[in-house]
Amino acid sequence: MRYDRQIKLDEVGVSGQEKLRNASILIVGVGGLGCPAAQYLAGAGVGKIGLMDHDKVSITNLHRQVLYNEDDIGKSKALVAKEKLQQLNSEIELVAIEKALTIENSEKLFSQYDLILDGTDNFETKYLINDACILTGKPWVYASIYKNEGQLSVFNYKNGPSYRCLFPKTTRQNVSCEATGVLGVVPGIFGMHQAMETLKIILGVGNVLSGKLKLSNLLSGSEQILNIQKKPEEIEKVKKNGIIPVKIECKISDESRLYLDIREIFEQPRINSAKVIQIPLSDLDERIWEIPKEKEISVFCQSGKRSKKVVDLLKAEYGFENLTNVEGGIETIISETTFDS
Amino acid sequence: MKVTLKYFGVIAESAGKSEEVLELQQGLSVRDLKNQQIKKYQIQDAESVQIAVNQNLDKEVELKEGDEVAFLPPFAGG
Repeated sequence: MRYDRQIKLDEVGVSGQEKLRNASILIVGVGGLGCPAAQYLAGAGVGKIGLMDHDKVSITNLHRQVLYNEDDIGKSKALVAKEKLQQLNSEIELVAIEKALTIENSEKLFSQYDLILDGTDNFETKYLINDACILTGKPWVYASIYKNEGQLSVFNYKNGPSYRCLFPKTTRQNVSCEATGVLGVVPGIFGMHQAMETLKIILGVGNVLSGKLKLSNLLSGSEQILNIQKKPEEIEKVKKNGIIPVKIECKISDESRLYLDIREIFEQPRINSAKVIQIPLSDLDERIWEIPKEKEISVFCQSGKRSKKVVDLLKAEYGFENLTNVEGGIETIISETTFDS
Repeated sequence: MKVTLKYFGVIAESAGKSEEVLELQQGLSVRDLKNQQIKKYQIQDAESVQIAVNQNLDKEVELKEGDEVAFLPPFAGG
């Protein structure tokens, strides 16, 4: 009688538990939001849960992604999450997907699930989830965090508004929890809100947060619900054109210098310039020969931390004398940004 | 007329406050108020900022006494 305590509820009952068992959900991003959502949905007996993440567990994840522990550092989040959640509930099917969501793989993947739960931390992927959900007819449960504040909504649910109806235009201010700092509890609470919305949708009970945006500031305690207007043209343009890639590209302020971008390819915004050599840190070992030694090069990453390590390493181990680290990362070297959506 | 403005996320940081009450001239449009505050607090990426009047987003209405106007930026963290 694993589910006895929830079957007792009128809103669940034996038939509701059967609905949960037959449901399938895909969690895109098993991080601060995705971990708590995955834990409670696995516990509740959702029959099939896809766990998608291209990232590995790092020590700075552990304060908020409490599904993982110290032994998991360096391992695939999707695989570790699958293993842990299977221990929590051996009766459900868990699928680890160790990939980033792309324009190419999203529709095929989404069509295999009933609902998508957004655990991502960047605008590009949120628009991608939105468009792929419109094209495959799936609802998605959205949350985003900025420091102590969070936003929550359900999009594309029973002809309701989409994310593009809320934010037709995007922003360069793609600030992740890594960049701004966050208390682990904040994404924890919002991930649980997402799990609750997911359960309401599967069970067909309560008021699903479609057409509404819940805002809460967990520090001040203030909460607000805003009504979202549906913009049919924003939905139609996706139906007509397919996924519309959202690209945030920026220009460097000093084009006379040469740069080395060591960020991974999914890190945003991208810089489109012949003056920027792009070698992700994960490929650096094999591609060191591509870095010129005779020109001054500024090395950057998102925040300036990884690039500092890279500069020190290349100096000490490979004799590079021409590299300087960009303190403060990408934000300090860009001048203007263009959006394409 | 008195109108309450509420700021969220990075906008609250730019403004240095999450709420303020302003005395505005009668008949000011939502668009004009948005432009005025964006200039005042040097809010970036103004196009992405959404405005809600009395909890309704995207309503082009004439502002009136006692209205509550929310300034909402997109968030991405997770």
